Amino acid sequence: MTIEEAAAAIAAQGESAPRLARDPVNQAMVNNWVEAIGDRNPVYTDPEYAAASVHKGLVAPPAMAQVWTMNGLHGTRADDDPLGAMMAVLDEAGFTSVVATNSEQTYHRYLRPGEHVAAATRLETVVGPKRTALGEGWFVTTRTTWSVGSEAVAEMVFRVLKFRPPAPKPPPAPVLRPVISRDTEFFWDGLREGELRIQRWGETLRHPPGPMPPDGSLDTKPDYVVASGRGTVYSFVVHHHPPVPGKELPFVVALVELEEGVRVMAELLDAAPEEVHIGLPVVAAFVRVDDDLTLPAWKVAR
Amino acid sequence: MTVAEGTELPPLTIEATPTFVVSTALATRDFQDVHHDRDSAVARGSKDIFLNILTDTGLVQRFVSEWAGPEALIRSVKIRLGVPCYAYDTLTFTGRVVSRTGNDVVVSVSGVDSLGEHVAGTVEVTLP
Repeated sequence: MTIEEAAAAIAAQGESAPRLARDPVNQAMVNNWVEAIGDRNPVYTDPEYAAASVHKGLVAPPAMAQVWTMNGLHGTRADDDPLGAMMAVLDEAGFTSVVATNSEQTYHRYLRPGEHVAAATRLETVVGPKRTALGEGWFVTTRTTWSVGSEAVAEMVFRVLKFRPPAPKPPPAPVLRPVISRDTEFFWDGLREGELRIQRWGETLRHPPGPMPPDGSLDTKPDYVVASGRGTVYSFVVHHHPPVPGKELPFVVALVELEEGVRVMAELLDAAPEEVHIGLPVVAAFVRVDDDLTLPAWKVAR
Repeated sequence: MTVAEGTELPPLTIEATPTFVVSTALATRDFQDVHHDRDSAVARGSKDIFLNILTDTGLVQRFVSEWAGPEALIRSVKIRLGVPCYAYDTLTFTGRVVSRTGNDVVVSVSGVDSLGEHVAGTVEVTLP
């Protein structure tokens, strides 16, 4: 059965049986409500004022209409409650989250202490699926009527969005993060942009980058060249143990001699340990971890 | 009081302290844990406990009837819910008369907190 068909079947059942409030309209609950809300209107609490008012006696705040028939701490929905039935259908279809979007109450008259209200609810419409900021979902609208005996005293159109929350993003794989200094920042910046940058002191390339040129001169300033990324495996290890955060064991770490003449160490990504050998041609690869960090790597030049 | 289309209501500010959030939830017989149990609210993805809908209806009614006077008759409270109102936030209600027919007045209401518009709606009220 589709959601539309299930909704039509529930709506066709019409209004649920009237459910009587646990207590008649009473001053104790009114007092709690006006204290909590901060409503100081004396027609709810001051018998003399209320008697002289348009109401000619105490009345309950109209906005309490729904309060009288709330299920309470250990309450459960009635078996014929159409909202509960519709929620179950949508839960089953994967729309597991709910948020209320509209409550429209109309009061035909004010209630008085001692009156005992009952509520009956019917399913009005189920509209969807709609794309919303919260996720794909269905708007479920019910209408509840509160009655004293056969007299309808208040009504509420209540709409909820029953939605499928977007799947949470998987947490980023844990990874050992490099310490980045002013001397090495250009290297990591380059990786983020897809460049393998090698520090240059005059005519001399140097890797790993450092604060001083190989000749120890204090006068030269470094810049960098962008390596072609092509090279061959100069040496390698196959790492079997211990575990490394974010890595599946075993993995290959290769020291690669670039065609520019310097050697750079990084993981060799796509090679089985038995196919790796000294002299294997590789190309640079870039493994994006997050916005801040891209790691260097190698792939076999195939 | 002269009431005509465009009349602005005096604003109402509500400090949504934890006591306010919890006491209004219980006074409206709404025992859902997200309105009184911070750990549960956080476990369900909320920042803190937050106001329940029945309280919003009550606050909107209070806001309009404090302006209209104790003998004004509230005919309807229709609200649309926006961002949550978490504990420790401040909710400010503003409103204006959008129409008047005889003594029947329609007021538009907006309740805004630090996250944006928490509640918006209309109240129909008959002035004394």
